Amino acid sequence: MNYKYFPHTVAEQEEMLKVCGKRSLDELFDEIPEGIQFKREYDLPSEMSEVELRRFFAELGAKNKTLTCFAGAGCYDHYSPAVISHIISRSEFLTSYTPYQAEISQGTLQYIFEFQSMMTELTGMEVGNASMYDGATATAEAMMMAVSSAKKKNKVLVSSTLNPNVKAVVETYAKYQGIDLEYIAECDGVTDKTDFEAKLAAGDVAGVIVASPNYYGILEDYTGWANACHAQKALFVMNCQASALGVIKSPGEWDADIAAGDGQSLGIPMSFGGPYVGFLCTRKSLIRKMPGRVVGATKDINGKRSFVLTLQAREQHIRREKATSNICSNQSLMALYVTIYLSLMGAKGLKEVNELGYSGAHYLADKLCATGCFELAYPEKSFLNEFVVKTSLDIDKLQAECESQGILAGVKIADDKLMLCVTEMRSKAEIDRLVDIVKQFKA
Amino acid sequence: MNSTFYGKLIFELGKEGRVGYSLPKNEFSEHNIDSLPSSLRRSEKMALPEVDELTVVRHYTNMSNNNFGVDTGFYPLGSCTMKYNPKVNEEISNLSAFTTLHPLQGVSTVQGALEVYYNLQKSLSEIAGLSEFTLNPFAGAHGELTGLMVIRAYHNSRGDYKRVNVIVPDSAHGTNPASAAVCGLKVVQVKSLSDGTIDVEDLKAHLDDTVAAIMMTNPNTLGIFERSIPEIANLVHECGGLLYYDGANLNALLGKCRPGDMGFDVMHINLHKTFSTPHGGGGPGSGPVGVRAGLEKFLPNPHVKKSDDGKFYIDNDKDALGSVSAFIGNFSVMLKAYSYILSLGKENLKYVGPFATLNANYIKDSLKDVYELPIDVVCKHEFVFDGLKDKSKGVTTMNVAKRLLDYGFHAPTIYFPLLFHESLMIEPCENESKATLDDFIAVMRKIAHEAAEDPEMVKAAPHNTPVRRPDDTLAATHPIVTYRELMTDTEA
Amino acid sequence: MSKILEGLYYAESHEFVKIEGEYGYVGITDYAQEQLGNVVYVDMPEVDDEVTAGEEFGAVESVKAASDLYSPISGVIVEVNEALDSDPGAINKDAYANWIIKVKLSDPGEVENLMDAAAYAKCIEH
Repeated sequence: MNYKYFPHTVAEQEEMLKVCGKRSLDELFDEIPEGIQFKREYDLPSEMSEVELRRFFAELGAKNKTLTCFAGAGCYDHYSPAVISHIISRSEFLTSYTPYQAEISQGTLQYIFEFQSMMTELTGMEVGNASMYDGATATAEAMMMAVSSAKKKNKVLVSSTLNPNVKAVVETYAKYQGIDLEYIAECDGVTDKTDFEAKLAAGDVAGVIVASPNYYGILEDYTGWANACHAQKALFVMNCQASALGVIKSPGEWDADIAAGDGQSLGIPMSFGGPYVGFLCTRKSLIRKMPGRVVGATKDINGKRSFVLTLQAREQHIRREKATSNICSNQSLMALYVTIYLSLMGAKGLKEVNELGYSGAHYLADKLCATGCFELAYPEKSFLNEFVVKTSLDIDKLQAECESQGILAGVKIADDKLMLCVTEMRSKAEIDRLVDIVKQFKA
Repeated sequence: MNSTFYGKLIFELGKEGRVGYSLPKNEFSEHNIDSLPSSLRRSEKMALPEVDELTVVRHYTNMSNNNFGVDTGFYPLGSCTMKYNPKVNEEISNLSAFTTLHPLQGVSTVQGALEVYYNLQKSLSEIAGLSEFTLNPFAGAHGELTGLMVIRAYHNSRGDYKRVNVIVPDSAHGTNPASAAVCGLKVVQVKSLSDGTIDVEDLKAHLDDTVAAIMMTNPNTLGIFERSIPEIANLVHECGGLLYYDGANLNALLGKCRPGDMGFDVMHINLHKTFSTPHGGGGPGSGPVGVRAGLEKFLPNPHVKKSDDGKFYIDNDKDALGSVSAFIGNFSVMLKAYSYILSLGKENLKYVGPFATLNANYIKDSLKDVYELPIDVVCKHEFVFDGLKDKSKGVTTMNVAKRLLDYGFHAPTIYFPLLFHESLMIEPCENESKATLDDFIAVMRKIAHEAAEDPEMVKAAPHNTPVRRPDDTLAATHPIVTYRELMTDTEA
Repeated sequence: MSKILEGLYYAESHEFVKIEGEYGYVGITDYAQEQLGNVVYVDMPEVDDEVTAGEEFGAVESVKAASDLYSPISGVIVEVNEALDSDPGAINKDAYANWIIKVKLSDPGEVENLMDAAAYAKCIEH
């Protein structure tokens, strides 16, 4: 028995077994009833050396195709500064766990405090937590928070313009929680205000969830929405795309009560869907209703400023079935990722990222429309870096053609609708190439 | 770990006008963001730091020196399975052939990634003795919730709506009852016997047609194997309920016993525990959920499947419980776990449980003369002391834990499980050498000695850490959770 | 030794009620505050909420524990002790002086189901 992750020599094993009064490793499992002991070998491959392992994954990787990305829909291809991957691979961060022992975890506690600070700046809210799993579950948690804050009310209104993947998760949580979920209709790419007002007036509404930017990339105008919600004692919840908050009106400015969303757009690699990081920020008055871990500033016995996990009495390990949420492990390392990203980019860098995306996306939209095969699906609406075009072309075939030339040409959202996204990663040459492929395809 | 505290915040290092990034020039300046209506644009300033690159690198490097990880030293945090995180797995998960994939790109362009998902799912099914796994859940608690949703979806599919109770042992981890509550189920507690295992007689009293499931770990929270599991499985199944296995303690059983063979129907696995992926200061983890044959269709969408021609595809099932993630979960974490399984292979995986168990028993039997061992039986991967044997000097588990920090060890899990007043829960993983264990044992004995000879010194611990006993009460009565609050607050 | 006041009524879940006319002042006992440690937050209901004997109406939190509050009596809340918002630790200083809710009793006879000081003293001995 010789393996690189198992240090015991045979002699040591014998010595240790003796201390335990056992003669063999098997004897340590004697109490497991015979009938349920696992006696055969696992039906799994044989061990691989590091050389073989690297080869194996290189070959697997070769079965994927990296494409020039014009897709968004909840996952964005943004610039990720080299510094970040370097720092997050430091094992002091990587191989630690939840900072229960504050004295030897100030590194983790401090970056979480910085993360909370930055996310509240970005969302314009007062307080935030140490992270959620992703934007979809963060939004579902916000829904549950609205219901538990409202005490007896049990209905939540959700705008139809939320990302369908987020809606699916919110629906799932609502179904099992017994929350009455109603959709507010969509009208020309935005949430129908008349329908919103009617459904809100029907009463029993604990919260209203809207998106900014919405699924189609549109910046909706929520003037008066928060007031309407507050008049009915309902919480106004915004699902946001983090990067966009660098330039668009923040949840705080819309007077929202909870801001929830995904932080992936803050430089986190797309990695086929995860890990990303959910965020949830709210008003200080709701801090004890907030799910998840939270870090607070305090002082140690020498008066040194230090940081601790706080408000733990809300959490599952203390409150058990009455906790604000069941979340335990979160996405801490990805919160560090975002914290370093925002440190490097600052408000100015984030604004520039959005300017580049805005300019590139509008350039692409113009060029596509100029081909004569596309028109903007919602021409009256403002968008940032993601937009929907209508076309009579066969979208599947067009996407396949682009794919064969190394381009991911957006996300098909209906038979005649294609959604495209441009970030600072896309050069003019790449956009022109996409447009050329479209032109040739049409011909 | 150094003892000099680096305590600055990044916000305190900024100077107006500094930048830490470089971006391409705008090639499309004819399209200017200023044409967005001002009513949709942010007017409030963000107080983010303005720092140069080296300042950022030094700041976070210095901060990391205030942290303790598995690579720093022994980390016997009970129920958390702080095993070694192999470096090659990190390298593999960082391969650009995987990190650059958009989750919505065409399946023909992500066959390698889907193969990883599918084969890891298959490997876990074999290790667990179950039929199929979803890898979509993000963490253990998320897996619990997903698993309970599977159970409810199953009962609902049979039109059996009155099953609203989940039986949970009083020793269970807090996430069990919390997950049940989030899933809309009611928690019924079942008592433990004095030997720490489930009181089967008490269980019988709770079994009726309102029981959706029982949630158990095995070995349980005390590290003790529940020998009556075959009987419990029969009883619960007879009353129409299902058995949920909390995979938090699976590490002990690798090579020795499979949840499916014990009679469990649904379970989750913590890839960040049993399958060596790093804990990352609290996440990301991954909480795959497995089910026995017949329950597969209830697993959350999307499902990753393999067609007869060997191609992989993504599918949604109409009977599925719904979705629990925007995409297919923490994919990079799956890569690390798959790499771990392939690296060990069938020849070595089977030793994980035995070595973890040997290490735990070795520490237990080497210390039980000075620490109170309330249940003296063979443990599995972990065990619980009820504080020092000699409590006459008033030295508590908290004091022992803090004193361990002075000696360069992470503290065990303390004050959990709630069955004892002074719980000290120790889990040494299979990768720890005898030399490390002996050092730990020597220090634990030394602390017991100090507690008798110089109790006040132990009570004042830690003495050598970057900060010393931060004030939890101040933090909780007067929460300050952002830099903005810190700046405007006068009390802090 | 925990303080127990004569003349109050006590519940097994360690709340007390002090009767003044048709009103009852409800709080946690000295024993309960000792068990909890430093109280950092009291989750209080709102005025006009109804409470029912034996049912939950809020929670008291310390740093590492939380305890649900069960009303010893039924009625309508006419006042909550807002001073506890800014100074929850007052409960540790004097649990009996720092009541949590003031309730207009709907059934004054209910107090007969509660313990008196002597019975409560016995109850916490165990």
